[in-house]
Amino acid sequence: MNLKGKNLISISDYTKEEYLEILRLAEEFEQNPKQEILKDKVVASIFFEPSTRTRLSFESAASMLGAKVIGFANPSATSQSKGESLHDTIKMMSSYVDIIVMRHSIEGAARYAAEVATVPFINAGDGANQHPTQCMLDLYSILKTQGTLENLNITLVGDLKYGRTVHSLVQAMCNFNATFHLVSPTELKLPSSVKMHIKEANLKYEQYTNLEDVIPFSDIIYMTRIQRERFSDPLEYEKVKDSYILDAAMLRGCKETMRILHPLPRVNEIATDVDTTPYAYYFQQARNGVYVRQALMAAILGVK
Amino acid sequence: MTKQNKKELVVSAIENGTVIDHIPVDTVLMVLSILGLDKYEDEVLIGNNLDSKKYGKKGIIKARNKFFEQKDINKIALVAPNATLIVIRDYEVVEKKFVEIPNKIEKILKCINPNCITNKEIIDTKFKVVDEKPLKIQCVYCEKTMTNIRFSE
Repeated sequence: MNLKGKNLISISDYTKEEYLEILRLAEEFEQNPKQEILKDKVVASIFFEPSTRTRLSFESAASMLGAKVIGFANPSATSQSKGESLHDTIKMMSSYVDIIVMRHSIEGAARYAAEVATVPFINAGDGANQHPTQCMLDLYSILKTQGTLENLNITLVGDLKYGRTVHSLVQAMCNFNATFHLVSPTELKLPSSVKMHIKEANLKYEQYTNLEDVIPFSDIIYMTRIQRERFSDPLEYEKVKDSYILDAAMLRGCKETMRILHPLPRVNEIATDVDTTPYAYYFQQARNGVYVRQALMAAILGVK
Repeated sequence: MTKQNKKELVVSAIENGTVIDHIPVDTVLMVLSILGLDKYEDEVLIGNNLDSKKYGKKGIIKARNKFFEQKDINKIALVAPNATLIVIRDYEVVEKKFVEIPNKIEKILKCINPNCITNKEIIDTKFKVVDEKPLKIQCVYCEKTMTNIRFSE
């Protein structure tokens, strides 16, 4: 399979076979993360909004493969602050580097920038729209912990309405015959446009308001933070912010193989006493991001 | 001149060209612009608020020596879904064409997402048609799906 030059903007840009190829490569990098295979390459890491975890994960992935990383973590230090258009910034960047990794606060900025760019492009998040590398690392974490992606009971908890990681994960897991258990306050249910993917794939989903009902049969519990910034009315946020707090006592009776994922950062939705249980996987999940990003950069640059 | 002849003058015949009939009265100018007839140098006749048996009132455009490809006709699907294009050659009707909703709609619409890049930079919009009835489109850039259509200014 040849992914050379294939942009990654949206989770729907890649086929099931292409996801699996990236996950296979990620496994290779996990075994051997330090390889100088990108030592003649320059990676642009351009972050128009701060995202420490994603940026450091990409930069660490690139550095471990020997690539030079240039870019910025803060748009106030760039010509954008002088009024330069995204178009011109990307045109200019394209002539300096071999691949562009970009985070932007505006939805659609990634698709547009990729059209303008003359080098391959990876979306590291565009506003509330897509964050496909997060989804890839979620898939990798599920595969690592369950040994398969097929036929799993995937429980998604918290803000299912605005959480883009949840939307992408549902879309991706529809390729693998998953059953979805959706736990959220009524105000934050999964949007019907996302449920449509489940229906189109002829898969099942159930909606719940009580988290404890689904713990015993879940293979994966994917927790999310209820994001304050999504609410225009602070009272509405106060009403739902503490809806789901998973603690160690609630895990009695869960499957031995069940693992808890979280895109991080967490606030209080996973009590710290869960961290030391064998079910907690969210820190390893973040580490998996490095291998998946190594796999993506190596495949897209055509060196793997 | 008889009464009948006077009525015919309003929609007088052309030797060769296209008659676009059954245009909603409020979108005639939009149809002109989408099809590039506002910059067309040959004769263009425009009639509006004409009586229509089917729609009450309608607009009509006649463009001399102008013929359209189906893909161009489809561009007016959102503003004149019931339009009929009558191809005239040597004063005779040789073909009737109907508007079909295209898979992709470019330039003419505006994304309803205020945080979409197309509302922040000068970019031609692009939409995929997800459903035809009722019409549901998806912005190619921000991926937002929408059922309420807004035209670019």
